[in-house]
Amino acid sequence: MSVSASWTVLGATSALCFAIKLLGYFIPASWLAHPRLQRINALVPIALLSALVMAEGLVTKTHVVVDHRLAGLVAATGLLLARAPFPVVVVGAAVTSAVVWHLH
Amino acid sequence: MNAPRETLRDALSVALTVGAYGVAFGAAGIAAHFSVLQTCLFSLLTFTGASQFAAVGVMAAGGGVASAVATATMLSTRNTLYGLQMAPLVRAKGLKRVAAAQITIDESTAVALAQTTRGTHAMRTGFWVTGVGVFVFWNVFTVVGALAAQALGNPASWGLDAAVPAAFLGLLWPRLTDWYLRTVAVVSMGFALLITPALPAGLPIIASVLVAFVVGWRER
Repeated sequence: MSVSASWTVLGATSALCFAIKLLGYFIPASWLAHPRLQRINALVPIALLSALVMAEGLVTKTHVVVDHRLAGLVAATGLLLARAPFPVVVVGAAVTSAVVWHLH
Repeated sequence: MNAPRETLRDALSVALTVGAYGVAFGAAGIAAHFSVLQTCLFSLLTFTGASQFAAVGVMAAGGGVASAVATATMLSTRNTLYGLQMAPLVRAKGLKRVAAAQITIDESTAVALAQTTRGTHAMRTGFWVTGVGVFVFWNVFTVVGALAAQALGNPASWGLDAAVPAAFLGLLWPRLTDWYLRTVAVVSMGFALLITPALPAGLPIIASVLVAFVVGWRER
């Protein structure tokens, strides 16, 4: 990643995310009242976060790759099923993945 | 102007626990090869957790600038709906409105709405105290996470590369409140993996929004 790319991502993401927040304080509520829009909007974070779990856990560049990260994801799933708090889930996944990485 | 003590307790406990997750973002930023300064600026300027993770995560996965920005932005569209709900409550003008917009996130909105039975003043207090509180703690903990991760060295050696997908899973999990939503999640995961070999890195993530459109088009 080039230096200019990282600054562009930072600047553009910050500007757009702020604009999206501010929008809610300026537009009439009726504009987003359509049930279909509300339904889709509720599903967008679920679709994106699901895809991100896969892209970060099972993909390298454009290939599906099974490696130490999957062990971390399995640990995270187990911890979430056991109702562990967020930091425990993240640290548990990291430790599991690091152990598998070092064993290889 | 005394806010109910319960409201302050709610707001501050949420602010501290959620703010502490900033450590994970700080580490994720460094693992994605952003600098400590850039990682901290994300928390200061972008300040919406899932989008921050997405922006650095897509770049770490080899995605382009446009994919990273588009994914992060689409993940934050729910904040517009939060703003719509908070605007009549906050009724701020000028700089105060800018500040209100910046702290309009999942947590500030949720705490404000949870105070409904305690009245408008409690709701407004809940919004501001939670929003400002998360902002302060999230930024402090981002610095801690970024500096710690930089000191650690190779991300894979410490499992940081697995911490990022685990963080996404942790952000996703509480949203999967019924089998309909769980099905949407599993379908999105399968779809993203299926189209991964066919598209440049980063695009399968954006393309997963199609699942939300197709499924959400009709009533459940």
